[in-house]
Amino acid sequence: MTPPKSDLPQGTLDLLILKIIALGPVHGYAIAQRLEQVSRGVVQVPEGSLYPALHRLENRDFLAADWKETETGREAKFYRLTRKGRKQLEAEAASWERLIEAISLILGMADGGAQ
Amino acid sequence: MTWWQRLWRRKKMEEQLEKELHFHLEQHASDLIARGQSQGEARREARLALGGPEQVKEKCRDARGSRWVEDFVQDARYAVRTFRQQPGFAAIALLTLALGSGATTVMFAVINGVLLKPLPYPEPERLLTLHEQDQATVYPFSYLNFLDCEREAHSLAAMAAMRNGGGTISEPGEPEYVSGRQISSKLFSTLGINLFRGRAFLPEEDRPGGSQAVIISYRLWKNRFGGDTGAIGRRLVFSGRPYTVVGIAPSGLELMGDADVFTALGQNTEPIMQNRDIHPGIRLLARLSSEVTLGKAQAELRLIARDLAERYPKSNEGHTITAQPLQQQLVGDVRSTLWLLLGAVSLVLLIACVNVASLLLARAISRERELAMRVALGAGRGRLVRQCLTESAVLALSGGVLGVLLAAIGVRPFVAFWPGDLPRAEEIHLDWRVLLFAVVASLVSGVLFGLAPALRAPARELEQALRAGGRTVVGSSRRLHSSFVVCEIALAVVLLVAAGLLGHTLLRLSSIDPGVDIHNLLTARVALSPGALANPATMRGAWRDLLDRVRQTPGVQSVALTDLVPMDSDENLIGYSTTPAMPPANQITLSLLTSVTPDYLKATGIPLRVGRFFEEQDRIGSETVVVIDEALAQRAFGNRKPIGSRLWVQFLGPAKVIGVVGHVRHWGLDADDQAKIREQMYFPFAQCPDQFLRLASSAMSLVMRTSVAPLNAVEAARREVRGVTNDQALYDVRTMEQIVSGTLARQRFLLLLFGVFSGLALLLACIGIYGVLAYLSRQRVPEFGVRMALGARSLDVMGLVLRQSLGMIFVGVVLGVAAALAAGRLLGRLVAGVRPAEPLTFTVMVSVLVLAALFASFLPARRASRMDPVSALRQE
Repeated sequence: MTPPKSDLPQGTLDLLILKIIALGPVHGYAIAQRLEQVSRGVVQVPEGSLYPALHRLENRDFLAADWKETETGREAKFYRLTRKGRKQLEAEAASWERLIEAISLILGMADGGAQ
Repeated sequence: MTWWQRLWRRKKMEEQLEKELHFHLEQHASDLIARGQSQGEARREARLALGGPEQVKEKCRDARGSRWVEDFVQDARYAVRTFRQQPGFAAIALLTLALGSGATTVMFAVINGVLLKPLPYPEPERLLTLHEQDQATVYPFSYLNFLDCEREAHSLAAMAAMRNGGGTISEPGEPEYVSGRQISSKLFSTLGINLFRGRAFLPEEDRPGGSQAVIISYRLWKNRFGGDTGAIGRRLVFSGRPYTVVGIAPSGLELMGDADVFTALGQNTEPIMQNRDIHPGIRLLARLSSEVTLGKAQAELRLIARDLAERYPKSNEGHTITAQPLQQQLVGDVRSTLWLLLGAVSLVLLIACVNVASLLLARAISRERELAMRVALGAGRGRLVRQCLTESAVLALSGGVLGVLLAAIGVRPFVAFWPGDLPRAEEIHLDWRVLLFAVVASLVSGVLFGLAPALRAPARELEQALRAGGRTVVGSSRRLHSSFVVCEIALAVVLLVAAGLLGHTLLRLSSIDPGVDIHNLLTARVALSPGALANPATMRGAWRDLLDRVRQTPGVQSVALTDLVPMDSDENLIGYSTTPAMPPANQITLSLLTSVTPDYLKATGIPLRVGRFFEEQDRIGSETVVVIDEALAQRAFGNRKPIGSRLWVQFLGPAKVIGVVGHVRHWGLDADDQAKIREQMYFPFAQCPDQFLRLASSAMSLVMRTSVAPLNAVEAARREVRGVTNDQALYDVRTMEQIVSGTLARQRFLLLLFGVFSGLALLLACIGIYGVLAYLSRQRVPEFGVRMALGARSLDVMGLVLRQSLGMIFVGVVLGVAAALAAGRLLGRLVAGVRPAEPLTFTVMVSVLVLAALFASFLPARRASRMDPVSALRQE
């Protein structure tokens, strides 16, 4: 039985996209696949919202894009991280970690919280 | 990339977007095929996973910042195209908007020029006017008080006085009476302006016996001196005295209206200038010192006034000195009229907006299918709202441009039509402020009328809309339509009732007896020959001679002199008492004083109640006599008999009352009842003391009862007045009818405008009702078909439609009457003579509206009742 898929928490799609692109230039379809693989099907990313997010990030100069040939010989739009995008990734990742820490702290407290 | 670069690369961007998504789908599909799916299935699954490609593209476009610019251009072009396809709709909407915004722009242009624009002097906000004032009255200054005030006020950087002083120019050129001002030397420096040529008066010229210098207006320089640069230093004979021209005033200078000749006030040696009791029409201008507030200056002036009152208790007891900003004083009571009109005109614009909104809404509903199709093809809701708003903005701006054109044509005639003098009329232009106002007003109205259709457009169930194809009306749109009609009716009621109140007021006031027989009565000012002003005896002789000659003129039945033309905007107040001991200055009772010749009653038709009027034997040396009006008789003597009693009058001393005459509504048909000082007293011009004769002579007017149409007698009278020396002029010729109707000019002007506005509002409201009902009953055609098939008669169907409209009319009228009561109260406060709640006016005006509205709804109702039920049912 497959576990129920959860929606992506608000604002994390951009973070995930930036992280994936940080590993090297990549096109939209590959990002979609990578997302699916990496999250092991736990997180549902509607493909329809992937492209608007890419364009939004490009528009804010976090991403740059070039048209290149893929290994199958087709032309595709490859996204790569800009310097500004890398900073944004670091900042967002850091704030995400803080959030996780805080939340797990609260959750961990629940056991001995009666004291 | 900046947005305009994006705009240029838009086509490329679109291609790339298409290519990117295409690549995604192909890649996904080929992966699925590699996993063993059939080609068709693989394509289908890839497409489902991505979602509608058009929706995705639309969201991508939204994600890029430049969207609104591209969309705006696209939408605007689309809007123009659709409006072209519906020229009738577009023409009605544009015309409505152009009228509304044109009228509003004209009103704003006037307000901008008159009220908002600063005066054309440096630091205009520091310019003040000063007045002497006691509890009852505001006075112009007396000359000696001005001199003291100028010397002692340190919070004022400069101060200047001016006074009317017209006269006859007899050299160079033909003799002509021109208006003039006597000014103190610092007038131009107080205003902060330079002369066009030459110099202002020197302080030593502003004194008795100084050299006779004169400053002339730019216009006089052009007309009399042909614009000759050598005019400075030339000779000018004015009021029989030779002057040397020392300066030319800048063109367009307005000081209490325009004037052609400026002489030095300090050279005026008449006795009235040396008497603190007399206020010979001197107006004061002052400039606030830098870093002094108005409040501080006012405090200082109060101190000076208290000091003067201590030093000169006889004349200055109870007097204070007040200062107010010059602009405020110039504009005076025009302010309320202008704002009132802007309010009324905004109501018309509002009705126009409501009308266009209901047109647009009807159009939006019939375009439901188109809009649903767009949603299906990927348009987001925000996108559709934006498109609708762009359409209305295009409409509003085009309407606004037409409105500005109308305003450009209409503003001059409007100003020319203004009753009396509109202060600062020369400042009224369509400048950038007016254009900005027009643009903002049209955009705001565009949003107002575009919002309702825009917001409801995407709020519908997509599938239902596609299926119904815009044939059904849901309740919400019917309610919206009805509320439009209700608004229009309510607004129209307000304007109609306002017009009705003004009309009623005018009717009521016109039927009031002014106290003077106004038919065939001519009035004119006279400037005596400068030669006759030499001494009191020559003056008296000249006046006697003048009267004799005018009396001989064909067409003139009787003629008299007066220093106060009835109902003219002028006054001459004097204190009196029924006991020999005059009360102190601040408690004295005041009355209007008029100095006249014996035929005055005969000429004006004022009725004699008891006693006698003046005769030839009432002259200087004989017993001082006065005639009083009914109001003064009532106030001073009550039920006692006034004839033979005595009154102690300022400057005249004890005087015997010899007659009582009817009251003249001097302050105007409308305002006389509320006037502070209504009582009137007459005394014989022949008994005018010698020391005042020069002053009195400069104020005299002729009143002539004519047997022909009064204006036909003017030429003959003018010839007689000219006299042997050929230098006496008749000017300011007016018939009494003109003067009386002038006192109602404000009401008549407002009535005319409100009449036009409310007519426009009525028309627009009727068009609105007609349009909405025609639309709603077209939507109900299938329903009516069923009803008729089930046995309803055509009368029943008609009743159905009419009932719907009656409901809207009723609500509109109730709301409108409530608003009109408030508006009436406002009108009553701002316009003299208006009574705010007249049931008759309300009833009549509301009936007019209801009848017109019923007529407008009758046409669609009749059409609905006459349709063929079979074809109606087929439509379903």
